[in-house]
Amino acid sequence: MKVLVAVKRVIDYNVKPRVKMDGTGVDLANVKMSMNPFDEIAVEEAIRLKEKGGATEVVVVSIGPAKAQETLRTALAMGADRAILVTSETDVEPLAVAKILAKIAEEEQPQLVLVGKQAIDDDSSQVGQMLGALTGYPQGTFASKVDVAGDSVNVTREVDGGLETVALRLPAIVTTDLRLNEPRYASLPNIMKAKSKPLATKSPADYGVDIAPRLETLKVAEPSKRSAGVKVGSVDELVAKLKSIGAVA
Amino acid sequence: MTILVLGEQHGGKVKDSTLATLGAAAQIGGDVHLLLIGSEASGAADDAKSIAGVSRVLVAADAALDHELAEAAAPLIARLGADYDHLLFSSTTTGRNIAPRVAALLDLAQVSDIIAVEGPDTFQRPIYAGNAIATVRSTDAKKVITVRGTAFTKAERGAGSAEVQSVDAGVNNDKSSFVSMDASESERPELTSAKIIVSGGRALGSGDAFHQYIEPLADKLGAAVGASRAAVDAGYVPNDYQVGQTGKIVAPELYVAIGISGAIQHLAGMKDSKVIVAINKDEEAPIFQVADVGLVGDLFKILPELTEKL
Repeated sequence: MKVLVAVKRVIDYNVKPRVKMDGTGVDLANVKMSMNPFDEIAVEEAIRLKEKGGATEVVVVSIGPAKAQETLRTALAMGADRAILVTSETDVEPLAVAKILAKIAEEEQPQLVLVGKQAIDDDSSQVGQMLGALTGYPQGTFASKVDVAGDSVNVTREVDGGLETVALRLPAIVTTDLRLNEPRYASLPNIMKAKSKPLATKSPADYGVDIAPRLETLKVAEPSKRSAGVKVGSVDELVAKLKSIGAVA
Repeated sequence: MTILVLGEQHGGKVKDSTLATLGAAAQIGGDVHLLLIGSEASGAADDAKSIAGVSRVLVAADAALDHELAEAAAPLIARLGADYDHLLFSSTTTGRNIAPRVAALLDLAQVSDIIAVEGPDTFQRPIYAGNAIATVRSTDAKKVITVRGTAFTKAERGAGSAEVQSVDAGVNNDKSSFVSMDASESERPELTSAKIIVSGGRALGSGDAFHQYIEPLADKLGAAVGASRAAVDAGYVPNDYQVGQTGKIVAPELYVAIGISGAIQHLAGMKDSKVIVAINKDEEAPIFQVADVGLVGDLFKILPELTEKL
């Protein structure tokens, strides 16, 4: 079984983003970038499937700037077999990403596609589901457990109110949630080995996909700041304060 | 302009999250239709038709639409969508699962998790875990949108008198099936609609401490119980208690954060609360930068005393 994993290069999750003064976006110059945390979980799950003998090959894809190559090398160092980089120096919206991935899925014929449930930069949470529509594959979103058995996969999903399990016929798409697994760190020897693994470079035009944006960002602003609060010295003061502002009766 | 809203129901009632999405639909303006799907859809139609602002309730009462499987629901909504200018979904796990599948079937971009309507094609949405607010304009002919429930006033029940119309589901789904649901049982208010939330973090140290310290305070206040990711990952409480970028987004009247440091991801889920109270032994904890009222000290001493004095 071949597994396709999509990864995105995003601002490191520990960095507090700063909005540019001119309101055009978030300042990403000289900011630490990393693999989207949900995508690390997707890569880890693919590699675990391979280690268990369920997957024969893990192909990892990223769509983004030339520097996204580093993100792909990270995935290769974790254990992916080969990588495809689709370069674009401008932002590619989820719909266009899904269209490119659909073309790659058509070429590669994976049995399972793993993507993170959302990217922590645009917080859209769309790509996996859109890819489902374009390929006709069923989708197991927000997965906390993935069980491949024969020609189907059971996916336990984190939904409002609990955990739901669905059965999907392969080929299928799974979007990963935080509790699916704990991603491994790439060891130094594996990082060295990853440098010689194959990485193909493509462009959106190679797949015939128009990446012109459909959404126009008019403005990016800082959220309104909360006014400074007070610290109280005791439980009595806390209760009195809560009563005075009407927070409790 | 006509707007189609996917309604979510439970036990014959339309969910609060749907009422908030109808609130967003009212701000966009136009004729609003509410779609109910699944074999229990007819049961909720009576409730749905009385909601203010809804002019028509569409009922697709087909068992193939039970459990809101995206493979079944999306083609139906995409087909109905031909007659609408806006397709609205709640930013619940159901809405977020189905909406993008509908958008791609119609070759439309989606605007996720809007918090404000500036015009029929212009919306505000948070990005980077709520650290920036983007104003975006959709250039597509139709708009597919998910709505953050806490940002909109809920449509009221009782004032409306919509006509009910049944629609043919025409569903043919052999790709996915429902296996089971493991629901977290709780007598307390539902997290995303609670007026007061008491949330615990890693500092609690165990699930027992949640029972012993957090729950009595929550019950005294009539509050829902929430948690940070650290508390969920440590197994103290189930994961649907999680408040944050990757969990639930809440905006109650009062949010009490106990033993929670205040990481970016957690703040993303609760910083629009009206009043935030933080109890933490580390006075440098980032949570104090957003808290209206802070108390530095040992939660195991403070909580019993607070519960008693309220």
